Amino acid sequence: MPDNGHCLDDILGRYSPEPSSLISVLEDLQEELHYLPREALERISTTLGVPRNQTYHVATFFKAFSLTPQGRHTVCVCRGTACHVKGVDKIMDMLQSQLNVTEGGTSEDGEFTVQSVRCLGCCALAPALMIDRDVYGQVTSKQLRDILDQYSDENRND
Amino acid sequence: MKTGTIETPRQLAAVRSSARKALLNGHPRIFVGTATCGLATGAQKVLDALHEEAGKASSMRISISETGCNGACFLEPLVDVVLPGQARITYGHVQPEDASGLIEAACAGTVYKKRIIGRIDKEEFLVEGTSKSYRRGKLTGDVKEVPRYAALPFFRDQVHLAMRNCGIIDPTSLDEYIAKGGYAAAAKALTEMTPDQVVDEITRSGLRGRGGGGFPTGRKWATCRKAPGEPKYVICNADEGDPGAYMDRSVIEGDPHSVIEGMIIGSYAVGAHTGYIYVRQEYPLAVKRLRFALKQAEEAGFLGENILGSGHSFTVRINRGAGAFVCGESTALMASLEGRVGEPRAKYIHTVEHGLWNKPSCLNNVETWNNVPVVIARGADWYASIGTQGSKGTKVFSLVGKANRVGLVEVPMGITLRQVVEDIGGGVPEGESLKAVQTGGPSGGCIPAELFDTPVDYESLTALGSMMGSGGMIVMDSRTCMVDVARYFLSFLKEESCGKCVPCREGTSRMLQILTRICEGKGRPGDVELLHDLAQGMTDGSLCALGGSAANPVLSTLKYFAEEYRAHIEERKCPAKVCRALITYSINPEVCTGCMLCLRACPVKAITGERKKPHIIDKLACTKCGLCADTCRSNAIEVA
Repeated sequence: MPDNGHCLDDILGRYSPEPSSLISVLEDLQEELHYLPREALERISTTLGVPRNQTYHVATFFKAFSLTPQGRHTVCVCRGTACHVKGVDKIMDMLQSQLNVTEGGTSEDGEFTVQSVRCLGCCALAPALMIDRDVYGQVTSKQLRDILDQYSDENRND
Repeated sequence: MKTGTIETPRQLAAVRSSARKALLNGHPRIFVGTATCGLATGAQKVLDALHEEAGKASSMRISISETGCNGACFLEPLVDVVLPGQARITYGHVQPEDASGLIEAACAGTVYKKRIIGRIDKEEFLVEGTSKSYRRGKLTGDVKEVPRYAALPFFRDQVHLAMRNCGIIDPTSLDEYIAKGGYAAAAKALTEMTPDQVVDEITRSGLRGRGGGGFPTGRKWATCRKAPGEPKYVICNADEGDPGAYMDRSVIEGDPHSVIEGMIIGSYAVGAHTGYIYVRQEYPLAVKRLRFALKQAEEAGFLGENILGSGHSFTVRINRGAGAFVCGESTALMASLEGRVGEPRAKYIHTVEHGLWNKPSCLNNVETWNNVPVVIARGADWYASIGTQGSKGTKVFSLVGKANRVGLVEVPMGITLRQVVEDIGGGVPEGESLKAVQTGGPSGGCIPAELFDTPVDYESLTALGSMMGSGGMIVMDSRTCMVDVARYFLSFLKEESCGKCVPCREGTSRMLQILTRICEGKGRPGDVELLHDLAQGMTDGSLCALGGSAANPVLSTLKYFAEEYRAHIEERKCPAKVCRALITYSINPEVCTGCMLCLRACPVKAITGERKKPHIIDKLACTKCGLCADTCRSNAIEVA
């Protein structure tokens, strides 16, 4: 897509064209597009002088990167120790059944991608989850619907 | 007021003196705790409401700022009000509806009658060892009745060194940091001490790494200083990966300049001119606060060329982690800084000699860097007077899990686990019994309640088969299954093992397999012995410390909770009623009111029944998620 190309130029311009910039470039691109398209990875490899297999290694090693398109919103359920002890499994079950997705998957309407993360560092407010950049603490299965609705509503108003 | 460039210690002193006047005098000030934990409980709405109400009450000038978290996360959202000439008063669980009352009371110089937590009587200048009372003249009756912090069980035994400014100052205000004595330690180190004197001071203070290993900081600095090779690097490890620990996030969000100041001092001591902060991308607010603080420090001249006229130059870059636990390991972190995958290497070659880009590199954790200015400003002897023989100073713990009062607590080393969990944390909810506390994250272990009189220091925790780690302290009660906890940690470690060495990659997989089958009631005789064997292999053969300590959660639970393993394997029972395969849910028909709430809540439609008649759970369809029990208002759902 021409848009993606422009955005990649912009990101590549922020860093010096050397192998050590690889992770920073991938992070910015992931943030912008919510995934790393194959063509972009190829161009990044050429520009930074990193062999393609190494770029692929990095892009698949770190959890922050995704090679497939993600939903409009990312729901990160915290699986830290405090959240585990406080029963976050239930929240995850409920979330998966409400959105009809499995962990790592995206809901059919393309709204939400469900992931787990260890950990959000909100341990005193366990169980916690983060949608995009908003953190929710002491989440109960009852509140879950309301929390998700805020994001769907936001879209309808767009 | 905007701080211009500060070129000499004398200019710094002038800025400090005027900033301090602004801090202590004048109009009422309101602080809202907007660290991530505050925001997660609605602090932004409270802040907005306060701004709106303050706009209406234009008769008096009130300043409203954001602040970090003072550790009392269980009371979030927190609001502090400084009443001039009186005291600083903390309110907890504040809602937007409280805004008008808070503003009204602040204007009138009185106490808002609701949601009172406690009061602080003086502004502490910890790095100077001085304080100044807010009070001028008599305390009004209202204020006098507010309990002092020192009388509150949560704060009574705490000593805030690392958290000295958290929840007190506005983290986006360089002036406030300077007013509290900030950058004075850097000025002292860079202009009055030689690098060797700085290293010596840190060594004599007994400061040890707060990230996990507990390596003596002074010794690390001394080796890096002597190591041949240029340039040298200092690195701040803010990749706080231990699940259950979040003090680094809180310190960065609440007091970012303290970390930068520590790094400036360290760079001078080891002879480095470039620094890196490697911070988790899961902490967006911490990244934002750091970026802002770095810009301020650059503009003020604390970073750049010829810092404070000393001739020393130093710059700092931020790198974000990309979500890999193993990158908290120093060699993996450095690989990641170089743009490669975060795989550790063998450490017979030390990173202080051959680290980032094969150059001498001095890596410390956030809390360690943050302690450095205190050590330099107050002196090694003062610092070493706190704590125990082998563990000096204080440590911040994230006291979380089933405790009644959860949050970040900073205590002197040597305090007992019981004091932390029971006195500060208030024990576990009524009706449950305290079972264990997990310390040290995935490299640590579970310590049973019988051993709670153990002092908290590096050696004592290691002797129990756990470790200090980065300071997670997860409280567990009778409803926590210890086999499930061991399985949880192994699932974490299996997922996070980088895969480079076989003992860790295969060991964590096999251990998880065995623990999973035990939790599913398919444990076999000999499984416990097999776990011991695997643990030995991983401990001996793994490449890095993370693999070498990966068996600790299993070994410690096997040691202290053998009975629970036996119940799972031999009786196919989970005493804590956690392991889903070993429990059943049913509805007590005597108690069920037939309200249909559980029927609607069940995600797999395993509950049937009619209104006002007892419902029934289809045990074959039930996935044992427990949502029905959460929904039931009459406690009719029974777990066996």
